Amino acid sequence: MIIDVKNVKYTYNEGAEDEKKALRGVSFSVEEGEFVSLVGHNGSGKSTIAKLVNGLLLPDVGPDGGRVLIDGMDTADKKKLFDIRKTLGVVFQNPDNQMVASIIEDDVAFGPENLGLPSKEIRERVDWALECVGMREHAHGTPFRLSGGQKQRIAIAGVLAVKPRVMVLDESTAMLDPVGRAEVLDVIMKLNREQKMTVVMITHFMEEAALGDRIIVLKDGLVAGEGGKEIFRDRDLIHSAGLELPLAARIAAALRGRGFDLPPDIVTAEELKEALCR
Amino acid sequence: MPIKITDLNYVYSKGTPFAKTALAGVNLTIEDGEFWGVIGHTGSGKSTLFSHLNALTRIQSGKIEIDEFTLVGNGGKKQKGKKPNYKALRARVGMVFQYPEYQLFAEDVETDVAFGPKNIGIKGDELSARVKEAIEMVGLPYDEVRKRSPFDLSGGQKRRVALAGVLAMHPSVLVLDEPTAGLDPRGKKEILDLIVRIKNTLCPTVIMISHNMDEVAKYCDKIAVMADGKLVLTASPAELFGSRETLEKFGVEMPNVTAIAGMLADGGLNIDRAALTEEALVEEILRAKGAEGQTA
Repeated sequence: MIIDVKNVKYTYNEGAEDEKKALRGVSFSVEEGEFVSLVGHNGSGKSTIAKLVNGLLLPDVGPDGGRVLIDGMDTADKKKLFDIRKTLGVVFQNPDNQMVASIIEDDVAFGPENLGLPSKEIRERVDWALECVGMREHAHGTPFRLSGGQKQRIAIAGVLAVKPRVMVLDESTAMLDPVGRAEVLDVIMKLNREQKMTVVMITHFMEEAALGDRIIVLKDGLVAGEGGKEIFRDRDLIHSAGLELPLAARIAAALRGRGFDLPPDIVTAEELKEALCR
Repeated sequence: MPIKITDLNYVYSKGTPFAKTALAGVNLTIEDGEFWGVIGHTGSGKSTLFSHLNALTRIQSGKIEIDEFTLVGNGGKKQKGKKPNYKALRARVGMVFQYPEYQLFAEDVETDVAFGPKNIGIKGDELSARVKEAIEMVGLPYDEVRKRSPFDLSGGQKRRVALAGVLAMHPSVLVLDEPTAGLDPRGKKEILDLIVRIKNTLCPTVIMISHNMDEVAKYCDKIAVMADGKLVLTASPAELFGSRETLEKFGVEMPNVTAIAGMLADGGLNIDRAALTEEALVEEILRAKGAEGQTA
């Protein structure tokens, strides 16, 4: 497995008056090539996990704090941190906070430059990464005039250029308009399918979450459930975690509530159509 | 009185090589008691347009009338003649920005909420009464939270405190810029229900800028579509979302619920494609299926 989170606890401001236990013993793992969605209410610990898997945060100190292993490397091992960040890249929520250069190709080159690669290889990687996100023609432009969706694709290209095996997206579509969201999702799905990139996507949009091979539900700093999209059959789990069913599942549930006979596993619009339009 | 916007134009970095037209010839009338949804891609001018309403963006050209206030453009310079009472205008038009919780600053919730009304000269018992009313309005327990630091609250609670700070000014027009962005599904629903409650009790006119078509379809009476600094369409949700041609023409996404209705209709189910809410779609499906059962 490429991500192994073992019984991790994380406390913000430990010992202070405003101490907050964000993670209270979280365990999950991700296999190489998987597309995993991570969902949960605001404050459930999702973003803390995004920062733990690339070593921006470390589990609570002590024998009970747990461990985070990325391709077998422990994030608490300072000597491994560089290799961990080569293996796993994170795209955050706000594209404006992730731009480091005033020319797009310089921005994308920032990661591979830090790897100390020869300039020819950097050039190739930047071109390839921009190609992957469909932004090659913007290489010489400035990121500040792009739309939110385009900026976020540049941020993704910046992570891609490091050629990580895992990409973690922490609500990377939350600030985008519908077109921007669709652009970013397309790129992510393509990377997962065609390049076998492992994807962990944190999101509040249940329709997006349902795209994952596996869905992990967090609640109050603990894993409350995980499984394929059949997890949306468990309405109590989803509701108690402050979430909602995807729209098609909600409609199916409402129809069943009105005495209409429908199979229990409808999650997507296609499945609803299949069941209703026979 | 209605809000009347006439031939509004705005250019950012005017007179420099970076000049960028943000608004071009916008005309719009908003009647008292209406719930407007404003949609359009990032950069289409939505926020620029509505930040004019309380003069946060100084009008360059055109005219805006709100109740007794008249804002007239003078090339971005100070308005000619008698200057409008900006303080009173800012109390009348409440502005809730994107991620308003980032603007909380005071040591406790009470002080934060009191900041706005205090600035417009409210004091003493009236100030305390307004603060209490606003905090209760947004659904927070007054006695429990008043002395707490706003920074100790959850994300959804912080957003409510920020909203309370605007409500305590007793606005009659509320402008909300993506009020549900970044909230989990339950938090989204709670904020939207709260906005409806505010509209029904405290502040009759609401303008909501949103990227979420399902929210706009469900809650708003009227929709303004912005594109490239222009107001390209005003329509009811049914007029806009019920017409595929209109949606395509103006590059507007369909609400998820309307998209599903369309898929089912394409699949041969005899239902109205223009379903705007989950509830309406469920009724449509039941009706169509009931009719099928009778003819079979």
